[in-house]
Amino acid sequence: MTERPLPGITPETRHFWEGTRSGELRLQKCAACSHVYFPPRPFCPQCGSPDVSAFRASGRATLYSYVIHHRPAPGFVPPYSIAVVQLEEGPRMMTNIVEVAQTPEALQLDMALEVVFQRINEEISLPLFRPAGRAA
Amino acid sequence: MKPGSIAIVGAAETTELGVIPHMSQIQLHADCARNALRDAGLKPSDIDGVATAGEAPTNVAHYLGIVPKWVDGTAVGGCSFMLHVRHAAGAISAGLCKTVLITHGESGRSRIGAIPRIIVPASLQGQFEAPFGILGPPTMFTIPVLRYLKTYGNTQEQLAMVAVVQREWAAKNPRAMMKDPITVDDVLNSRMIAYPFRLLMCCLVTDGGGALILTSADRAKDFPAKPVYILGTGESVEAPMISQMADFTSSRAFRVAGKQAFDSAGIRHADVDHLMIYDAFAHLPLYGLEDLGFVGRGEAAAFIAERNTAPGGKLPLNTNGGGLSYTHTGMYGMFALQESVRQVRGTAPAQVKDVQVAVCHGVGGMFAASGTIVMGDRRP
Repeated sequence: MTERPLPGITPETRHFWEGTRSGELRLQKCAACSHVYFPPRPFCPQCGSPDVSAFRASGRATLYSYVIHHRPAPGFVPPYSIAVVQLEEGPRMMTNIVEVAQTPEALQLDMALEVVFQRINEEISLPLFRPAGRAA
Repeated sequence: MKPGSIAIVGAAETTELGVIPHMSQIQLHADCARNALRDAGLKPSDIDGVATAGEAPTNVAHYLGIVPKWVDGTAVGGCSFMLHVRHAAGAISAGLCKTVLITHGESGRSRIGAIPRIIVPASLQGQFEAPFGILGPPTMFTIPVLRYLKTYGNTQEQLAMVAVVQREWAAKNPRAMMKDPITVDDVLNSRMIAYPFRLLMCCLVTDGGGALILTSADRAKDFPAKPVYILGTGESVEAPMISQMADFTSSRAFRVAGKQAFDSAGIRHADVDHLMIYDAFAHLPLYGLEDLGFVGRGEAAAFIAERNTAPGGKLPLNTNGGGLSYTHTGMYGMFALQESVRQVRGTAPAQVKDVQVAVCHGVGGMFAASGTIVMGDRRP
């Protein structure tokens, strides 16, 4: 296997991957308790309510933590960052930090980030993050 | 389960440890199981309960020729065996079975008959972690650490010190795979794996196994080895994906399992003579010391650097050399349990004086699960 692993979309996550395909980062919010959560599921993991809906997130985040992987991995050229970002709306997600040197000096915790979508194929676009404030 | 009502009456590792290409994974289970049966003076027909992870309990029971009335295939990663001890203690107390065999065998290095680890693309991890280049525990378990270091103002030198101190313990253990002394500089100059983790901050990859036999403490005096009593137990799980761990500086599963174990045993931290904390990577003893409450948040790195856990220190930790230097097949928890048993029996290579209370703390997955066992040398 030399290709980057790709997500297998399920009924519960379809809205998320349809979102990334159209340039939106979609989270879910509970109408009963206002909890915003990720990854997707059709009920609130905080209060259990099924009264939830997807919405477009801002795409703004900060760098919560990461590693810089130095060994070969399918579809990646080392060294590359594997990061967890803190989304402005509350949830965290795994991603790669792109458009910046893959070094500890360039990747500072709590730095401001913004989402950018990398189109892989007709079905899949992956949400990656880059330093905030750059022209698209 | 009342504290001390269940005892470990048989314990053994595989005859060989480290690189065992002439044995398949199921045979590693059998090798240590047969050693543990010999240790307890039992035959397979004396066993009526089987628990294991990695292999199905069906496979282990059939291969050994056991007819169980109780099985447990709880598989939550490397601490599964701590959970098996807990479940077996409960089952024996409830009268579901009398004598339980718990086995671990893993051909982690030679991969003979090993079960491949795959991430299903349509699983949540397959969708929301695998596409970002995770490749095994060194790329996942390690991710929280930069946040931990920044939060507490700790350094990579302090992280390296964990590996240095554990190598000191390994040097006393003839069965340890890595015994040569190392320095902080050696650790910080070893090959970069996943920044900030270098090779010597990561566990070994080995072949081996271990087995335990538990029964009612009322029967324990009938066995040849000194009984090791189960005083308290705890277990929990948190997030199956490292990216969804609630707090990157503290494990909820550690806190829940640890508190249950201490409370059920009725012990305080000052009562603990010996401690094992599953160390797949150098940061795990830091989280373990803090989340079990031996030190305050952010204090563990200094505690280790000040040699409190080193040979001669007041809280001997990972005295077999740990996953970093002793052995690490993949699901190391069984080896931590084996060392706790040896220390309570008084038969460890690096024996601590007069161990009356030992705590053995395991992790499963990437901070995804936890099990804690408190053992003692006498019934309270």
